Amino acid sequence: MSDEPLVLGIETSCDETGAGIVRGRTLLADEVASSMDQHARFGGVVPEVASRAHLEAMVPVIDGAFATAGVKPADIDAIAVTAGPGLAGALMVGVAAAKAYAYALGKPLYGVNHLAAHVAVDQLEHGPLPAPCVALLVSGGHSSLLLVPDVTGTVVPLGATIDDAAGEAYDKVARVLGMPFPGGPPIDRAAREGDGAAIKFPRAKLHDGTLDFSFAGLKTAVARWVEARQDAGQPVPVADVAASFQEAVADVLTRKAVAACAAHGVTDLVVGGGVAANSRLRALAADRCAAAGIRLRVPRPGLCTDNGAMVAALGASIVSAGLPPSPLDIPADSSLPVTEVLVR
Amino acid sequence: MLLGLDTATPAVTVALHDGARVLAEATTVDKHRHAELLAPAISRVLAEAGADRADLTAIAVGVGPGPFTGLRVGLVTARVLGAALGIPVHGVCSLDVIAADVRLPRFLVATDARRQEVYWARYDETGRYSGPHVDRPADIDRRGSLPAVGEGARRYEGLFPPGEGPLYPAAATLCRLAAAELAREFSPDVARRDVLLPAVPLYLRRPDAREPGAPKRVTETAPPQAAQSRGGPPAPSPGAGR
Ligand SMILES: [Zn+2]
Repeated sequence: MSDEPLVLGIETSCDETGAGIVRGRTLLADEVASSMDQHARFGGVVPEVASRAHLEAMVPVIDGAFATAGVKPADIDAIAVTAGPGLAGALMVGVAAAKAYAYALGKPLYGVNHLAAHVAVDQLEHGPLPAPCVALLVSGGHSSLLLVPDVTGTVVPLGATIDDAAGEAYDKVARVLGMPFPGGPPIDRAAREGDGAAIKFPRAKLHDGTLDFSFAGLKTAVARWVEARQDAGQPVPVADVAASFQEAVADVLTRKAVAACAAHGVTDLVVGGGVAANSRLRALAADRCAAAGIRLRVPRPGLCTDNGAMVAALGASIVSAGLPPSPLDIPADSSLPVTEVLVR
Repeated sequence: MLLGLDTATPAVTVALHDGARVLAEATTVDKHRHAELLAPAISRVLAEAGADRADLTAIAVGVGPGPFTGLRVGLVTARVLGAALGIPVHGVCSLDVIAADVRLPRFLVATDARRQEVYWARYDETGRYSGPHVDRPADIDRRGSLPAVGEGARRYEGLFPPGEGPLYPAAATLCRLAAAELAREFSPDVARRDVLLPAVPLYLRRPDAREPGAPKRVTETAPPQAAQSRGGPPAPSPGAGR
């Protein structure tokens, strides 16, 4: 197979139905259909609603990706799909679709890890990943620090949230402040008008010597602070609360990410996941990495959120590495460990 | 050649039909592994018949009703195969497939819908005349006490008079049914109830989801006027209320 394999990537681990096409490290198409609008009134992603939307979107999204890329299905070298982790019923739609596509075209199938794909996608924008690098992945579903000697095979978990994901904390704080779901964008907008130092919210586990996170206590602290104001009959300074909450999240995430790099002698940090679109996290990560002599790599927001291009990017790296494909009987594994980059 | 498949019940069933007869079939009963079993079964059935994917001219898929996750595996597989191969995909009600293997003048087919419910429909010589529905077995009007077949009838044996027939749909039967209907499209004879459907799942239930009320207080004690401004009864569930 060529050094620049043409790969279709399929992603359905949460609420985005994604189909991406890459040639080596060149992005040709990134088609995404989101069911987020259908979840908003429930204040969170409803798995069955997401799964139904994946079924309806799957063929149109794949067709759209091929149309955008201007390549024929018969020309692709391989199909990669998120095999886990994620919502079980949602993953199953993508895995079944990828198998059917692989079988229909007679092409090899690669069942890959969603978290590793979040790291691999940066290659589409910033070129080959330095080996090793550290990755900070933050979204509504994950908050992880990874040591990545080789994104196609060796990914070592360094730390993760022990309770809520960072994005979940955003959603819950947004509800307390009367903002819509998902909470990331409205909090980020409100925070621009506020003072991040106005309220000193707790930074859990900051000095505990681990690379784990905890955001449940922060969310409760924000709710308690807001309730105290309301109980006292005082107005809630929404912008200051948003900015101070966001500061606490970004502070812990960036400090621990820099600490992870220092602990492993790594000079490159990749940030990914939906929360990587957050303006304060990006700014603080840039400052702290510059101060610590760490090169920071953050893909553009559209590649940070879940999409098929990231799966295709990881698939292309795996194909280039000459690894054998997955058999047609692989399961969708909702709790696939990050150490398992390729399911066999 | 027609490929038939159904994943609306614990049976993952696949068959290949050449327009005249079934060439190969494979059925495995395992309600937890639809996504793992289906694609290899398709590959095996074609290989066994000495056929190639390029020989396929149409796909028939069971559209349920059935438990959602397994049901979707069959539907997405059929739709993707159809799109990739450029061939049409037809839906068939999975209860009709069971019914096609029953030799009784009037009967009821019931499959397991979980949560103490069954998916069910009534049949006579002309086909399905009632359903598909989803209900608790005890809530089904059993006037005339029709003999009942299918895993759902077996599961609630005391509530349904037993009838002779299969527990699950068989893809071989699905193929015969669909092949006959496809042939009939060119020579319509007596009026008969529609067998071929769009490849759209028959969920029969809305997703379980509850709209949240106002955020719960996290502070234990609060002045009464503040406590009243929050909370309140939770919004009614848009789901089936179970
Ligand atoms: Zn993700």
